[in-house]
Amino acid sequence: MKRDVAVISFAQSAHVRAVDSENEVEMLMPVVGDVLGAIDMTMDDIGFTCSGSTDYLAGQAFSFVMILDGVGPWPPIQESHVEMDGAWALYEAWVKLQLGEIDTALVYCCARASAGDLPMVLTRQLDPYTAGPLWPDSISLAALQARALIDAGKATEADMAEVAARSRRAALDNPVAQLAWDRPAGELLTEDHLVAPLRRHDCPPISDGVAAVALAAGDAAGDRCRRPAWISGIDHRVEPIHLGLRDLTESRSTRLAAERAGVHDGPLDVAELHAPFTHQELILRDALGLDATTAVNPSGGALAANPMMTAGLVRIGEVASHIHDGTANRGVAHATSGPCLQQNLVCVLEGDGAGGRRR
Amino acid sequence: MPLVTEPTRAVQVLSAPLVIEYPFKRTTGPVVGAFLTGLRERILLGTRASDGRVIVPPAESDPVTGDDLTELVEVGPGGEVTTWAWVHHPHPKHPLDRPFAWALVRLDGADTAMLHVVDAGTVDAMRTGMRVEPRWRDEREGAIGDLACFTPEQG
Repeated sequence: MKRDVAVISFAQSAHVRAVDSENEVEMLMPVVGDVLGAIDMTMDDIGFTCSGSTDYLAGQAFSFVMILDGVGPWPPIQESHVEMDGAWALYEAWVKLQLGEIDTALVYCCARASAGDLPMVLTRQLDPYTAGPLWPDSISLAALQARALIDAGKATEADMAEVAARSRRAALDNPVAQLAWDRPAGELLTEDHLVAPLRRHDCPPISDGVAAVALAAGDAAGDRCRRPAWISGIDHRVEPIHLGLRDLTESRSTRLAAERAGVHDGPLDVAELHAPFTHQELILRDALGLDATTAVNPSGGALAANPMMTAGLVRIGEVASHIHDGTANRGVAHATSGPCLQQNLVCVLEGDGAGGRRR
Repeated sequence: MPLVTEPTRAVQVLSAPLVIEYPFKRTTGPVVGAFLTGLRERILLGTRASDGRVIVPPAESDPVTGDDLTELVEVGPGGEVTTWAWVHHPHPKHPLDRPFAWALVRLDGADTAMLHVVDAGTVDAMRTGMRVEPRWRDEREGAIGDLACFTPEQG
């Protein structure tokens, strides 16, 4: 039987183009202070800590060990790390909570993309023999996917511009967003292509930022949080590394993860999708079966701020915040990793009485 | 409303260049190794999957069943562009130093497409479904770069 686990607190930094005067520990400490302070907890109350970050951005091996100073590893703590977005660190913490040995967990993540040439650094996650040596940057690969979607008749450049305009407009209400503006989609389409068929507005900003989430199981959640955001389902799936082995115009891994997470077991008030490129939101909407009754990316999503290793956990935190403050009863959060939506995580969150899978 | 922490800004920041290196040698094995050796000989190879599909670049294990794939199949040399993206301003690390297209190319005899570049001159010369052929480097070493690029097939 599954143990009930909830997001009970969420905090994030402001997301900016470059944090050049602080290291990861200094970026992290205030956010960890915020996420625990909001629920009147300290590290002494945390049973397990899990982080997400990557050495490829930090520029040194085992960089997460240094970042542990941000939470304070003494006296010794139970701790783990994933070389992935913090959403997957949350998944590991959720599994750990299922074992029943602990009741609380802290999840945090960070990466400063500003230290390097991000689209080129991301080529290092590709096949090292047949793709990596060509240095196909992340924007070019996304452009291949966008063209396939357009050729298949599933989207137009105008549809993509609408996603850009709506996301950046929504971000005007998000105090931590990096990129927010109000411009009509028609005006965006008059600009030149960056990597055709993508224009600059179709691409995410390069962002530095950190985030943290606190989880609790069973009664421990209600003790600390007036309205816990219960995780009623969570699942993640991955597709092959070679782009040519996948149908780039759909996201089979998201569809499968959504089914297994029970996305369709109830109505969805809100969805936060980790779609770094505009056309990817269209693919994800289709894979998740979202209709007009669900508010998509009220935060502005990854088009408003895309901190590496962090933007996925932020999606979960944003949906949880809507449940905490009562503006939503049930929502879905999505995180992605790899080129062209290669790997996807889907997490369904519910408030008490939402009527979904959780009893 | 989530809690917000503002980053601080300092005036002077010390910085130094850092180049990440990977100073190890790896063996490429019987499948990827055969593909790379084939490139040196101007031959393009794929593997036959459990369902009969020919996969290029060759996969060592079946993407659906996970079975070991060992049957090598020669494909190409020509092929068809299944999707493409036009780069107006190449990065110094890109394979070509002039505007070019990234493309997925389904080689003749293959069922999947491989990533490479097309030296087409102008964006107007590119379209989905166009035929392309490989241009090989004169000096080849058994690496993906032995295939310098694809070019539009000459009628």
